[in-house]
Amino acid sequence: MLQRLITSREALLLGAIAVLLALISTRFPGFVAPSNLADVLNDTSPLILLATGQMIVILTKCIDLSVAANLALTGMVVSMLNLAFPGLPVALILVIAIMLGALMGMFNGILVWKLDIPPIVVTLGTMTIFRGIIFLISDGKWVNSHEMSAAFKAFPRFELLGLPMLSWTAILAVIVFSIVMSRTTLGRAAYAVGGNPHAATYTGIDVGRTQFWAFTISGALAGLTGYLWVSRYAVAYVDIAGGFELDVVAACVIGGISIAGGIGSVGGALLGALFLGVIKNALPVINVSPFWQLAISGGAIIIAVAVNARASRTKGRIILKSAEHAV
Amino acid sequence: MTDTTRFIPDRLQSPLQKRLKSWESLLLLVAIAIFVANSFASPYFLDAWNLSDATFNFTEKAMIAFAMALLIISGEIDLSVASIIALASTAMGAAVQMGAGTPVLILVGLGTGLLCGAFNGVLVTRFGLPSIVVTIGTMSLFRGISYIVLGDQAFRGYPSDFAFFGQGYVFWVITFELVLFAVIAVIYGVILHMTNFGRAVYAIGNNPTGALFSGIRVARVKFILFLLTGLMSGVAAVCLTSRLGSTRPSIAAGWELEVVTMVVLGGVNILGGSGTIPGVVIAAFVMGMVTFGLGLLNVPGIVMSIVIGALLIWVIALPRLWKMWRA
Repeated sequence: MLQRLITSREALLLGAIAVLLALISTRFPGFVAPSNLADVLNDTSPLILLATGQMIVILTKCIDLSVAANLALTGMVVSMLNLAFPGLPVALILVIAIMLGALMGMFNGILVWKLDIPPIVVTLGTMTIFRGIIFLISDGKWVNSHEMSAAFKAFPRFELLGLPMLSWTAILAVIVFSIVMSRTTLGRAAYAVGGNPHAATYTGIDVGRTQFWAFTISGALAGLTGYLWVSRYAVAYVDIAGGFELDVVAACVIGGISIAGGIGSVGGALLGALFLGVIKNALPVINVSPFWQLAISGGAIIIAVAVNARASRTKGRIILKSAEHAV
Repeated sequence: MTDTTRFIPDRLQSPLQKRLKSWESLLLLVAIAIFVANSFASPYFLDAWNLSDATFNFTEKAMIAFAMALLIISGEIDLSVASIIALASTAMGAAVQMGAGTPVLILVGLGTGLLCGAFNGVLVTRFGLPSIVVTIGTMSLFRGISYIVLGDQAFRGYPSDFAFFGQGYVFWVITFELVLFAVIAVIYGVILHMTNFGRAVYAIGNNPTGALFSGIRVARVKFILFLLTGLMSGVAAVCLTSRLGSTRPSIAAGWELEVVTMVVLGGVNILGGSGTIPGVVIAAFVMGMVTFGLGLLNVPGIVMSIVIGALLIWVIALPRLWKMWRA
């Protein structure tokens, strides 16, 4: 039991993050101060939220490349709503953001489920469509800080027990989806669908429906993050979170979620996101030029994938060894 | 009555019947419709020089799309192609600063492309890592290196005879790039449809294990395919750099998704195993003409992307909807 715990992916990644923090603290001790670590968590919260949703989608052998566009569109819609009706309560805005995001996720899900179009094609298409719609509704204009109401901007900053609401939302999402994935039929179905779709079908699980719900969850989380993002940075524009979908997939991959489906955990997604978050926050602090950031996170992804592939290699008897390598 | 044709096996239908039902003919109809719509929409469309300039909208991307088509048919994908362009262009820019002439520049561009392709190929075939993840990593890595080298600067000062590759005309209004595009299309058409290598690519995409046991060196074929996408990205980098006359680290941003869109729109199955080069050629023209036609109507770029995204989903959903409606 203990050995399994120590050799698990999550433990490995936790160790890697600890080593990373230790290395950074030799150059800049202030980085590991609790208040700074809380800031890192808060900065990484949007990535954690999206990675959680993406993890469920990848688990069912799909991929959602439209999350960042979904985030941006929802963010734009809620900030324009706020502009038009400044009195709208934040609770209602939260509900609208989640519903709108879920709706976009459902659209992806329907196309994958009912029309059987490969997820990468569907979300590649909806990614550009969602971004285009932002332009159409906003006419390319920005919604700026002074146009947003105070309550709209205050929610993610509201501090509870020393942590801002943005961090709490991410923590809550991680807890809720850990339970959903391990204790509910939907969670089990997601693992079964990704592990072996044919077997899942024979045990009475509807593969397409499970994928549909995975996309819906991913969309809902993207929508929620959309509101949090624009209210935290107090600005909404067409290109918000451009290219962020690849960070999200990278976080999942670093977190040990198998791109072939069926393997992964919410904890893994959380740690993968934190790993990227620590790197991103640490580089400027230890005086590395921001221009190095992309190359370093790319290198980190490749190393993480290589380590994961080594760890997940089947230890049992392998007949047809060369064939295993071919695939 | 409508059911009579449905049960005739493919080989019993006349060749014409089969051709009319093929993806390529559907796509060709779309292309013709867009061409006609364009010529009605703007009086400036049917102008030889305009039409010639419009080919720049797709020639460079299509060069990569041909190699990408083979790679996707074999069941892999390369998301790092746009970053390879950035790195190859950066290497050429660095060579210019050292006083290299045009022949050296081309060697540097193509060589960088080949090296990047080899790096992807080794990671995928030697270490058995999933290509979608590897190339998400190298996408950040390659472009990251460009950022490290260039920072926020740009490389300029390309020799004047270097401009020929992206700006030169071969016959009256026919650009060098269009001729290169046609030659490359023919080469890839021959490779995929007339050689044993092409057979092997289809066989691997349909069943890698089966291909291995029928004597195909799966890893070697895949490695060559990664080399080819790298090389074609190098070719595209030469053309694009020559056309722009400068190198910035953000060059060709987002092209990887446009190239994949072009390949999928061309009827290549994203899951591998089927697809044709003529399909990709028509898809290239469709995407180029959509962009050009909307540009003439002063439609902003981001709205074009909605149209291309919608086109992608529609064209792929259409045959399935048709089948559902008939059933």
